[in-house]
Amino acid sequence: MNFLYAAYAATWIIHITYLTILVRRYSRLRKDIEELGKK
Amino acid sequence: MSLTRATLVKDLRLEWRSKDAINSMLFFALLVVVIFSFSFDPTAEESRQIAGGLVWVAFLFAAVVALNQTWARELRNQVLDAYRVSPAPANALFLAKAFGNFIFVSVLEALMTPLFIVFYNLRALGPAYQLPMVAIAGTWAIVVNGTFFAAMSLRTRSREIMLPLLLFPISIPALLAMVEATTAILTGEVSAKFWIVLLVAYDVVFTTGCLLLFETVLHAE
Amino acid sequence: MKRGFTIFALLTAVLLSYALYQALEVAPTERTMGDVQRIFYYHVPSAWTAFLLFFTNFVASVAYLIRRNPKADALALVTAEVGVVFCTVVLVTGPLWARPVWGIWWTWDVRLTSTLVLWLIYVSYLMLRRFSSSGQTPVLAAALAVFGALDVPLVYFSIWYFRTQHPQPVIGGGGSIAPQMLHVLLINWLAFLCFAVLICWSRYRLERLRQELEEVQAL
Repeated sequence: MNFLYAAYAATWIIHITYLTILVRRYSRLRKDIEELGKK
Repeated sequence: MSLTRATLVKDLRLEWRSKDAINSMLFFALLVVVIFSFSFDPTAEESRQIAGGLVWVAFLFAAVVALNQTWARELRNQVLDAYRVSPAPANALFLAKAFGNFIFVSVLEALMTPLFIVFYNLRALGPAYQLPMVAIAGTWAIVVNGTFFAAMSLRTRSREIMLPLLLFPISIPALLAMVEATTAILTGEVSAKFWIVLLVAYDVVFTTGCLLLFETVLHAE
Repeated sequence: MKRGFTIFALLTAVLLSYALYQALEVAPTERTMGDVQRIFYYHVPSAWTAFLLFFTNFVASVAYLIRRNPKADALALVTAEVGVVFCTVVLVTGPLWARPVWGIWWTWDVRLTSTLVLWLIYVSYLMLRRFSSSGQTPVLAAALAVFGALDVPLVYFSIWYFRTQHPQPVIGGGGSIAPQMLHVLLINWLAFLCFAVLICWSRYRLERLRQELEEVQAL
């Protein structure tokens, strides 16, 4: 039974980790674009 | 065709004169066999079961060392740029490199095999004549993709580690076939036929793929 | 565009929640394996989604080799990345299912092993993309993707034969599936498919933005 919840939790942890990485990359990109706009 | 032969002969002659790559690879091969023998010290019965895997892993690592050398010399002398602008077919260059590597790696295997036989007291219980077939088909499988991926890795960062990273996953079906075929022949328990056919199929598919895509990869800039 | 995205995102969230409820409550309990079998409703849809994404990567890569359109390259990168994420889910949920049912973490089960090799091939693809110099990357990556695709049937056959010689337990069991279970499976697949499209959509926009930034910076 614990394995069931572990599997479901693992699935979402993996997805959320990837999405977090994407969000971070996006904000960094936004910052780069703004810096470029200022130059 | 003559361009292929000319390039191949040139490579072999250069290698023979400098003996750089061959000497270091030979010593590496010997070290690998000895270390494996220390790590896995089985009885004659067990050794037949695992020798297939050990031998091919050893050959694979020796091949990677050889393959990394392949383009290094070309890169040093900017020969590659010359090839790119010349009207000569890119495939001639590829085949020359691949055949050269095949010869080098085969020489290595020929030298390592007696050592393995000695250290593991190997004797084929199955049809031994199939072993050279496995060796040729298997070596070509590693070499053809290895030469291609070595060319792809040329301008990447960490070039030397890139080659095995790309080569190993794609080679898994071939490696499985080589190991299983060798084990089948050594133990004589099952037939190696399926694995040999799979190896040949793998060779045909990827030789075709390499020949079709090498030109594109060479000009990728 | 932005509004469509938000609506789709909300829809996907609802679908995923509904699918989760179906998987945990509505689906009947399996006779031999018990509740652990419900992992199936996450394991299988993730696998199918990953395969679909990798197939899209193959098509995009071939399209790139023919037309050299940067959009095709962006799509190839996106589907490879998201495919690896879903593939990782398959490889984690598989052993978590196998352990309570068979007592072992790993079996050379055809599907799981093939998925592992596929994962390895695509991770090597992502490494190539990261390590190569940006002028060459799209072409080299596309070539590697083609090689990966050529490899897939060989991978499957070699492992299948390997397994018939060394029989092992099969994750997910063979045979037919009860209609109520099929229903839940398909709902979960639809939900994860929408989720995958959502992620790919955002990742694609991010990648196109990055491509444009790179072009500007090169000037």
